[in-house]
Amino acid sequence: MAELSYRDAVAAGIAQEMERDERVVFLGEDIGAAGGVFKATVGLVDRFGPRRVRDTPISELAILGAAMGAAMTGLRPIAEIMFSDFLACCWDYVANEISKTRYMTNGQFTMPLVIRTANGAGSRFGAQHSQSVENWAMAIPGIKVVAPSTPADVKGLLAAAIRDPDPVLFFEHKSLYGMKGEVPDGEHVESLGHAKVLRRGDDITIVALAAMVPRALQAAEILASQHRISATVIDLRCLVPLDTQTILAEVIRTGRLFTVEENPRLCGWGAEISSIVTEECFYDLDQPVVRITTPHIPLPAADALEDAVIPSVGRIVQEVLRAADFRPRSANGL
Amino acid sequence: MSSAVNRRPAPSPAPSDAPEALAPETQRALYRLLVELRYTEKRAYDLFLQNLIKGTSHLALGQEAVAAGFGHAMQKDDYTFCTYRGHDHTLARGASITGVLGELMGRQCGLLAGKGGSMHLTSVEHGVMGSYAIVGAHIPIAIGAAWSAQYRGTRQAAVAFFGDGTTNIGAFHEAINMAAVWKLPAVFVCENNLYMEYTPIRSVTAVDHPAADRAASYGLPSIIVDGNDVEAVYRVARQALALARDGGGPSLIECKTYRHSGHSRADPAKYRPPEEVQAWMERDPVPAYRRQLLAAGMAESVLAEIERVAMAAVDQATETAKASPPPELASAFTDVWADGGAAWRN
Repeated sequence: MAELSYRDAVAAGIAQEMERDERVVFLGEDIGAAGGVFKATVGLVDRFGPRRVRDTPISELAILGAAMGAAMTGLRPIAEIMFSDFLACCWDYVANEISKTRYMTNGQFTMPLVIRTANGAGSRFGAQHSQSVENWAMAIPGIKVVAPSTPADVKGLLAAAIRDPDPVLFFEHKSLYGMKGEVPDGEHVESLGHAKVLRRGDDITIVALAAMVPRALQAAEILASQHRISATVIDLRCLVPLDTQTILAEVIRTGRLFTVEENPRLCGWGAEISSIVTEECFYDLDQPVVRITTPHIPLPAADALEDAVIPSVGRIVQEVLRAADFRPRSANGL
Repeated sequence: MSSAVNRRPAPSPAPSDAPEALAPETQRALYRLLVELRYTEKRAYDLFLQNLIKGTSHLALGQEAVAAGFGHAMQKDDYTFCTYRGHDHTLARGASITGVLGELMGRQCGLLAGKGGSMHLTSVEHGVMGSYAIVGAHIPIAIGAAWSAQYRGTRQAAVAFFGDGTTNIGAFHEAINMAAVWKLPAVFVCENNLYMEYTPIRSVTAVDHPAADRAASYGLPSIIVDGNDVEAVYRVARQALALARDGGGPSLIECKTYRHSGHSRADPAKYRPPEEVQAWMERDPVPAYRRQLLAAGMAESVLAEIERVAMAAVDQATETAKASPPPELASAFTDVWADGGAAWRN
């Protein structure tokens, strides 16, 4: 095991795959000579050369279009969109082209490409550089959606995304780039579509994604140590494919579900999970599902405001305690 | 990076120079393509009137010379990317008439087995890499295929066909710039039929030649060709394709042409002055080429035989497509993913 930062795990994952497969190419703005604006791709152009690591103009349409055309003709491109907010500039490729062309052509193409992008708040960049937009992508049939919370998962899930025959939108969380963690030595590949139970408790289930995962874990610690509430914490890791089996199993066991979502309220991924849980294990629930989200507002820039609206450890604890008629299963014999 | 975008002169010899006569078999092949495209497109119109084709369709009647000239100039493994007005470009690469008409009719025998429709005709085995229904979207995709060909060292070229209206959308400019900087083996072919959908292109564009006048912005020569002259198109296509294969980078070609019908099924095209329509109908590329070949000494019987065979092929394809069943309902749930399925959860 080596300790890597989340940002270094990005370069490590890309390098691992470029090393083993000549078809893997990488393009985006400032990714080569500059090493990426978040320094997540440092060293790749030196190692693999400008033929495989290509700096592009500020042309998001050309970046995603070129990645798609390359994927349709035998390459396995990785395209970087610098900030996930900029996906709005090239959403046609995500929503209409990359995701639908295999289906529309009755399977004449496969589309093995990865779109990497820096997602989420915490950097005080304001409403156009801080959004969590994974739920935009989740609404589109035909594209897989991944959002890792640890350096090990960055490397392993990125490798899996690059090897996947389908298009994957890979959300890196910009507030996690500095996070350090153990990453397995040697080749490391995870599989898409598997949530991870990070701790197992008996009273409640908390499902979180990306930067909300460490917050959910801290909240679970506080709930256990100060309130004798024992929480399962699930790191969702992928929104598509969605690991409903893991979620349903934990919800059935604990009877209570909380989602922690950085996205604005409406149509966040937690709404879909809430719907599935309600349809499929309603009679196992001891209370309504509680969604803890950013309010339905554009993100403000000031640190005080941003901190106030993104779900915090304190707010997660509060929401759990405030949930109506909360009695731990361990206390009432259920 | 600016050295990568050196301006280069127009290909030589310029298309306007008195060209060597094409071989008779080339001329027959071009005429055969022209009539096949014309007859198939007219049949599509008839099938609409019979309500056998639903939805919409964007006919390219009058623009056949561009598709035929390029289609015949391209090599088997070159890539075609076209717009929703793509029936002709699909057929010109050798895709079957049955597959095209069947797709328009929503039948199992369609090129996409009914899952794409008129605006998305694709036949990968013929190098037809898709018809794209979002204006301009395919131009960046085409440069990706050209990038891939360059990376793999295959000497393939990618050709993107689009209308004049596309020259005012961002994807056009982003893609041609990047293709020029990367010296990609791409050919960008504007079919300037004078109207962006319903509005005259000149009334919404700052330059007279919507594609050619933009070429200089990307260090490319300005190339304008008579898009109703199939031989002129064929010659310029060969030059641009050779340049692309030899590492000379992309070309942007503006073909002046005219569509005989409206933008789409819903459009009777009443906005066009009758005298303009009349003038262009007199320059209809199919009879024009017929007259040219006759004047050059080709026998009437040869041309009549080409026409007879093409009409028989269209008739046969029509009957085959009509007899084909609708797609299996289960196919609505196939091929979202590479594993063949549509599952989004476990």
